[in-house]
Amino acid sequence: MADKLHFELVCPEKLLMSTDVDMVVVPGTEGDFGVLPQHAPVVSTLRTGIIEVHNGAGDAEKLLVVGGFAEVNPQGLTILAEFAKPLSEVDKTSYEAELKDLQEDVADAKDEESKARLIKARDNIISILEVLNRFAA
Amino acid sequence: MANLKDLRNRIASVTSTQKITKAMKMVSASKLKRAQDAAEAARPYAERMESVLSSLASSMKGQTGGPKLLAGSGADQKQLVVVATSERGLCGGFNTNIIKAAKLKINALIRDGKDVTIITIGKKGAGVLKRDYADKMVEHFDLSHVKNLKFDDASPIGYRLIEKFDAGDFDVCTLFFAKFINVLTQVVTPLQLIPASINTQGGTDLGRACYDYEPDENEILEDLLPRNVRVQLFRALLENAASEQGSRMTAMDSATRNAGEMIDSLRTTYNRTRQAVITNELIEIISGAEAL
Repeated sequence: MADKLHFELVCPEKLLMSTDVDMVVVPGTEGDFGVLPQHAPVVSTLRTGIIEVHNGAGDAEKLLVVGGFAEVNPQGLTILAEFAKPLSEVDKTSYEAELKDLQEDVADAKDEESKARLIKARDNIISILEVLNRFAA
Repeated sequence: MANLKDLRNRIASVTSTQKITKAMKMVSASKLKRAQDAAEAARPYAERMESVLSSLASSMKGQTGGPKLLAGSGADQKQLVVVATSERGLCGGFNTNIIKAAKLKINALIRDGKDVTIITIGKKGAGVLKRDYADKMVEHFDLSHVKNLKFDDASPIGYRLIEKFDAGDFDVCTLFFAKFINVLTQVVTPLQLIPASINTQGGTDLGRACYDYEPDENEILEDLLPRNVRVQLFRALLENAASEQGSRMTAMDSATRNAGEMIDSLRTTYNRTRQAVITNELIEIISGAEAL
């Protein structure tokens, strides 16, 4: 295919990716959607999930993203993710350990306010683990 | 006459001071490089965020009842001032400048009869502001354990601000930090975090009306605005870190130079005094010999 989609993945800390690809599958809040070249302009928020970057033959490159949004415009696709990392570099055990820590923290939380915050952090980790499990299976 | 031994001691002490300032200068030069890179790496995210937000905000313009983080709570009686300073001293006028600007603003707000509360980030600002506004300081964030600022370090502060806003603790939040221009210049900048100061006049966005929004605009804004607060805060803190290092580098550079000048003048005095002592001794010996 002659047409390529310009894809940029940006984290608060740095520009993670900026390449031309064939297709990207984006985990939107209202369901996954694939973005091909010439896609109609769209803005969507993301949920925790996996971005699949398809380029040429072979397996798609997979990246874990947590929160953020995607913007498709005539120039291409831009994903602003709060956190993103190639799936191959994600260490599941460290999340499991973090989950365990947080669960203990939630149990020890003294006031409602910090408890709510910890529960939010815990649920965040749980959703990451869910995604990881689904893709490991 | 200045004692020779005293002079020697002073020269020794100024020399060791010079060594320290020189080392500090080198250290901040390398830290500055890193801080600057980090600030630059964070720029694309913040810029994209801004452009999406401004196109969303301009499409929302004129409608009432938008998200509070954008439209404000409809009042400006309760003002929150966030002052971001460094954790360490010896960085020239960096902290002083930020605090001076913040104080000016705080005093002006108090004169206007507003309720002011202060949140400090960084030890240095907290110490100074406590002297004048101890009763207004509500919270302090310590970043002294942070070496290289990550988004994860800034976002808890952002969450806390949003929590306080939702609880109605303040109506307007202004952040004071030093914007990094170059090594010699840092400009103290007040940035209004809440309600978000977004340029809704973005003239580039005329063609954007045809966007599909998923979910709808309102929900996206609800999601983006808190994110934007954290991103702006993160960016400001990165700029601040770069400014701090730049300021320290300049300060230490001039301190090293001053110490060098001082050593030169002390050494001249020392040599003169030494010669005077020798001459004196000679005169004493000769006149003693002549008297015999």
